[in-house]
Amino acid sequence: MTYLLRRLAVFPLVLIGVSIVVFVAIRMVPGDAITAMLGTEAGLLTPAQREALAAYFGIDQPWFVQYGRWLAGLLHGNLGISSTYGKPVLDVILERFPLTLELALLSMIIALVVGVPAGVFAATHNEKFSDLGVRVAAMIGQSTPNFVLALLIIYTLSAGFGVLPAMGEFSPLWQDPLRNLGQLILPAITLGFAFAASVTRVSRSAMLDVLSDDYVRTARSKGVSARGVIWRHALPNALIPVVTLSGIEFGYLLGGAVIVEQIYALPGLGRLVLDAILQRDYALVQGCVLFIAFNFMIVNLLVDLTYVALDPRIRLGEQ
Amino acid sequence: MIPLLSVSDLSVGFGRTPQANEVVRGVSFELADGETLAIVGESGSGKSVTALSINRLVDFGGGRITGGAIKLKRADGGVLDLTAASEPQLTRIRGAEIGMIFQEPMTSLNPVLTIGTQIEESFRLHRGLTGRQATAAAKDALDRVRIPDAARRLKYTPNQLSGGMLQRVMIATALACNPRLLIADEPTTALDVTVQAQIMALLAELKRETGMSMIFITHDIGLVAGIADKIMVMQNGEGVEQGELNQILDQPQHPYTQHLLQDVPHFASGRATRSDGRRDKATDTEPALKVNDLVVRFPVKSGFFGRATGAVHAVDGVDFDLMQGETLAIVGESGSGKSTTARAVLGLVRSTRGSFSASVRKAAAGQSALPIQMVFQNPYASLNPRLTIESILAEPVIATGGRVDAATRAKMATLLKRVGLPENSLERYPHQFSGGQRQRLCIARALMLNPSVVVLDEAVSALDVSVQARVLELLVDLQREFGLAYLFISHDMAVVERIAHRIAVIYAGQIVEIGDAKSVLSAPKHAYTKKLIAAVPTIDRRREHFEVDTRQVPSLVRPLGFEPGPARWEQFGADHRVRVEA
Repeated sequence: MTYLLRRLAVFPLVLIGVSIVVFVAIRMVPGDAITAMLGTEAGLLTPAQREALAAYFGIDQPWFVQYGRWLAGLLHGNLGISSTYGKPVLDVILERFPLTLELALLSMIIALVVGVPAGVFAATHNEKFSDLGVRVAAMIGQSTPNFVLALLIIYTLSAGFGVLPAMGEFSPLWQDPLRNLGQLILPAITLGFAFAASVTRVSRSAMLDVLSDDYVRTARSKGVSARGVIWRHALPNALIPVVTLSGIEFGYLLGGAVIVEQIYALPGLGRLVLDAILQRDYALVQGCVLFIAFNFMIVNLLVDLTYVALDPRIRLGEQ
Repeated sequence: MIPLLSVSDLSVGFGRTPQANEVVRGVSFELADGETLAIVGESGSGKSVTALSINRLVDFGGGRITGGAIKLKRADGGVLDLTAASEPQLTRIRGAEIGMIFQEPMTSLNPVLTIGTQIEESFRLHRGLTGRQATAAAKDALDRVRIPDAARRLKYTPNQLSGGMLQRVMIATALACNPRLLIADEPTTALDVTVQAQIMALLAELKRETGMSMIFITHDIGLVAGIADKIMVMQNGEGVEQGELNQILDQPQHPYTQHLLQDVPHFASGRATRSDGRRDKATDTEPALKVNDLVVRFPVKSGFFGRATGAVHAVDGVDFDLMQGETLAIVGESGSGKSTTARAVLGLVRSTRGSFSASVRKAAAGQSALPIQMVFQNPYASLNPRLTIESILAEPVIATGGRVDAATRAKMATLLKRVGLPENSLERYPHQFSGGQRQRLCIARALMLNPSVVVLDEAVSALDVSVQARVLELLVDLQREFGLAYLFISHDMAVVERIAHRIAVIYAGQIVEIGDAKSVLSAPKHAYTKKLIAAVPTIDRRREHFEVDTRQVPSLVRPLGFEPGPARWEQFGADHRVRVEA
């Protein structure tokens, strides 16, 4: 409990650090918000008009004054107004987030459901032909760029079966679950493929390590069957690296998957951030990065708590 | 009368061509009901592989039985050749008819399952018990191995119990279904000597209670004197000699058995101590190392801000001095603070209080001399595998600002020769040497800087018994030649007896008895020293009965600001002091 409090106490510090870096970094990028907003018409502005606009958005001040204002807003739960959408930043993010979260969850489920059994299978058939097969498949999975895979899937479906992935307006899970799943399943497979390949490799090597541990020998000496040894004694001990990997990958996916979102025409967080950067939508970029960092910290915390649940030897917060 | 187990002409090989890589060749023995056979040998002798072949666990380690038969008399009277048994048959036999315990109780239990679950598993598998019945059976099993408070302990995970307790749990698990044969593979090697005595006592008692047969594998021929009926000595994969206990111990025929009994350090209650360099003559010289009121405490932190709420008193007021050319052995069990003392002397851990001074001998020309060097326990882990021997030996010179010049190279060559390594060792890597050779390398490395004091932390504990003897000889020779002072940290009384001039017994961070080696070993005065020495297995103590004792070592965690009272000492003889307990 104390550990949890101590961990949560660090959150604001990390978020402030991240926000300062982003705040400065995006302002160092050449180009400015007004040019980005008005496009070629920006050239028609008189210097006075330009200044007035800058003052209106508050970007005429030095960066630390801007940061102070933004931080003050943040403390009131106000992330600012997006200049491209004309709406509060938080609303824009929360509109996009369910899709990203669902996609990340689906990909992770696919990765674990496929990857863990494949890894266990390869480990228990070590050095046999079937192990080699799994390892080669995992290698291919890891080294195929996901846009190639995405295009392959779309091409196979449309050219081979005349089916097109469900595109068009995105429907959230709670409105039309079937249509939602139809829209997300292919992107999830695309993202889950490489993820599953990593999970396979990690769980294979972890299982190989664990299978030569002393307690596995003990279990065998007690007359535990091969299946009992693998699933009951070995696997729980091999899961820690799998959880670590899944946590990191899941954290990345929560930041959005730009390429896959683009190919499947999904309005996710990744494209939102990309557009925001291109549009110099300072408030939105800051808000997104902060949100993504926050997610990452939550995921890390969950990963650590999972360790504790998996392995009684791990006690958090002990020095 | 059919024997319970009859092994004939057993051969076991490893790898793709097991016939070509046999590590056990033509081993035969028989074991009657209720009998105990000890298989004695050093690492690589094939003793563990022989044992693992009986319940065919050797298959999972890549081994293949290449010849011979292992006939087991089943509970129904039938006889089964285990070399030809199918895996499902073996699964039913393992745990039910053949139980097994292993060397490392700390790693032999599944760390993520409670010990209750692990014991219950045996009952579920072989007795079909479930739920509350299984739990009750597991509690009985723990009671049987004399674990106090069994019902509560069932919910513990292995990390919450000590090594001795875990070995009891292992025994409880192995004996859960009353197997008629128990295979014990070095079950006490990883344990402290007093705990070892407890486990041996427990095994002897359980054997009497259940009438089971036992195969006891060990490297320590002294240990089996108390428990075995028969002994088989193995060397290089072959059984070189076997027979009744007394016959083997008293009239060994094979040269290797004779070597094991005579040349290897066995504890002799102070009769085998060194006679050179006694302290009584020249005590007016400056000690090579003087330690005064050494205290090492580690804070225990808790709460939101991690404030110290107590301290582990690892070393609590230790004083001693060490003369030139003298060995002081610090003996004690794990957690007693003996290694922490050594590390504090070297500055590897920061001492909370206390002072020590080491006299610097005059350095050879052009070489800096550090007064204290160290040799660690595990020669496999304490040499960087990526460095050549030359770089390893050069390291201390470079670290103290020296240059690797002709003089340094000459010194390397001399030292390598002196510790008995081939001349071409310099360009080789650590993995090309055996354990004993690596420890010689570590010794050479320690001597590179002409130290006056060498701290040897369990320096021979990881070595095979006959290698141990030779490394000890080397250490004694080097001591005489260079006038080195040794601070020898060890848990092994037999080894200590061979090398120590003086012995300090340390318990719970404090020295409880210190003095002349002969005097301490032959006439211990402190209750703990007596208990420690009584627990040391020797060939002379055959079939000795140990009382099962489940007392735990006291906790070293003390409240903040706690100071132990001043030590009071009682003097026995010229050089033998004992702490008076309050």
